[in-house]
Amino acid sequence: MSREHDDDLRAKVLHILEKDARVTPDRIAAMVGASEDHVRALVEACERDGLIRSYRTRVDWEKAGEPRVFAFLDVAAQPERGRGYDRIAERIFRYPEVHSVYLVSGSQDLRVVVEGRTIQEVATFVAEKVATIEGVRGTTTHFLLKKYKDDGDLFVDDPADPRLAVSP
Amino acid sequence: MDDVISLGVGEPDFVTPWRVREAAIWSLEKGLTTYTSNYGLLALRTEIARKHAERYDQNYDPAREILVTVGVSEALDVAFRALLDPGDEVLIPEPCYVSYGPCVRFAGGVPVPVPTRAANRFRVDPDDVAARVTPRTKAMLLSFPCNPTGAVMGREGLQALVDLAVKHDLYVLSDEIYDRLSYDAPHVSVASLPGAAERTILMNGFSKAYAMTGWRIGYACAPAHVIEMMMKIHQYTMLCAPITAQLGALEALKRGDRDADEMVADYDRRRRVFVGGLNEIGLECPLPGGAFYAFPSVERTGLDGESFAERLLKEQRVLVVPGGVFGEGGVGHIRCCYATATEKLVEALRRMKEFVSSL
Repeated sequence: MSREHDDDLRAKVLHILEKDARVTPDRIAAMVGASEDHVRALVEACERDGLIRSYRTRVDWEKAGEPRVFAFLDVAAQPERGRGYDRIAERIFRYPEVHSVYLVSGSQDLRVVVEGRTIQEVATFVAEKVATIEGVRGTTTHFLLKKYKDDGDLFVDDPADPRLAVSP
Repeated sequence: MDDVISLGVGEPDFVTPWRVREAAIWSLEKGLTTYTSNYGLLALRTEIARKHAERYDQNYDPAREILVTVGVSEALDVAFRALLDPGDEVLIPEPCYVSYGPCVRFAGGVPVPVPTRAANRFRVDPDDVAARVTPRTKAMLLSFPCNPTGAVMGREGLQALVDLAVKHDLYVLSDEIYDRLSYDAPHVSVASLPGAAERTILMNGFSKAYAMTGWRIGYACAPAHVIEMMMKIHQYTMLCAPITAQLGALEALKRGDRDADEMVADYDRRRRVFVGGLNEIGLECPLPGGAFYAFPSVERTGLDGESFAERLLKEQRVLVVPGGVFGEGGVGHIRCCYATATEKLVEALRRMKEFVSSL
């Protein structure tokens, strides 16, 4: 099998798993025309090498009765010689309530997503732990008000398939 | 030996929560590096008192009834040295943590083992204690949840022991380091029981609940005159617990509850998986109510704890601790610490199953 063929197969498998992590190896094998063993080995290699970072279940906690508060922070930070924004980013990303930390273009901003139980909790966290980091010049906190679509999942009602069951 | 799965270490596999580490790092950046009061930072003592009031309805005066120590290890050592005259006896239920006996001896005392049995889920039977009280008995040491057995005791059982202590006018030392690692029922703190407060030295720390083993930080809560006696020794030996560790502990108490709860929830899940697995293999082990140890009997295999542990390591590269090192009552048992990743636990169980089948 050529290298190209392998990469192509791997990409196919990853696309399938990206949409649904629970698809079983035998089902994937049928979908891509490879053997189950080959698919298993491929997936294990991807897990080992970090191409697959994790498998998660996307939960609607509000429906589960446990609403969460999300906030998007813009953190204006002073870059440092030799380390850029790395030190500040690390200081922030190590907190478990911090979902994401990105360095984005446009201004000297780190973009951070924080989750908490209440607005108060998130605001306190930002004020006490993020805004006080040496090198942080300022923070702007945007509280999430409504989710329409999040990471590929719709959070508003999707009109059901409008096609008739039997059509001429 | 490569590829050994160790179930032998008695510490969490978690790193100290980031917010605790960060608070400590920040304090060093800010130059907070001086001695503190011998008793420990007042802010920390105040927070400890608040926590104990909240969780156990206890009312310790932060100014005089709490001593911050270098781990519960130091609290034990200093307490024994403060309380024991040469030749004084201390009743110690066993199997138990390996340090207790030696600490009593260092203080010139005599450790008196009190047996606990698997048949009684390794709880202390007051009759076994009463039978061993002599005119030289000074104190009773209790440690629940227990290392190595994972045993817990409820209100009634502990009250019976407190009543004994009252009857014979004994001190009670209560090592409650695993208090938050109580899974099936809320932890009962000895010092909360009627008759206990005036004679109990309650010891606790941060090593297990907040994964701060290496920080060496703990505390004792006791009547003022006991704390004063302990402080007299502590001030000359340690002077004070490290300020950085104290500040980390303060952060843990103020904001570390969720981190602790998550770790405990994880231990609980692993407990069920691992102990369920042990029983399936034929290593009989009732579900322990606390701590992070399983203490199964290996008697069915015909081997004693030491031989089992040695052969298991050689043949399947799984490390467990022979129960005998924790006292007579541990012979015929092994101690397995399940504070390790679930995948490792599952693999360890697989190897143990192979080993047991091969016997």
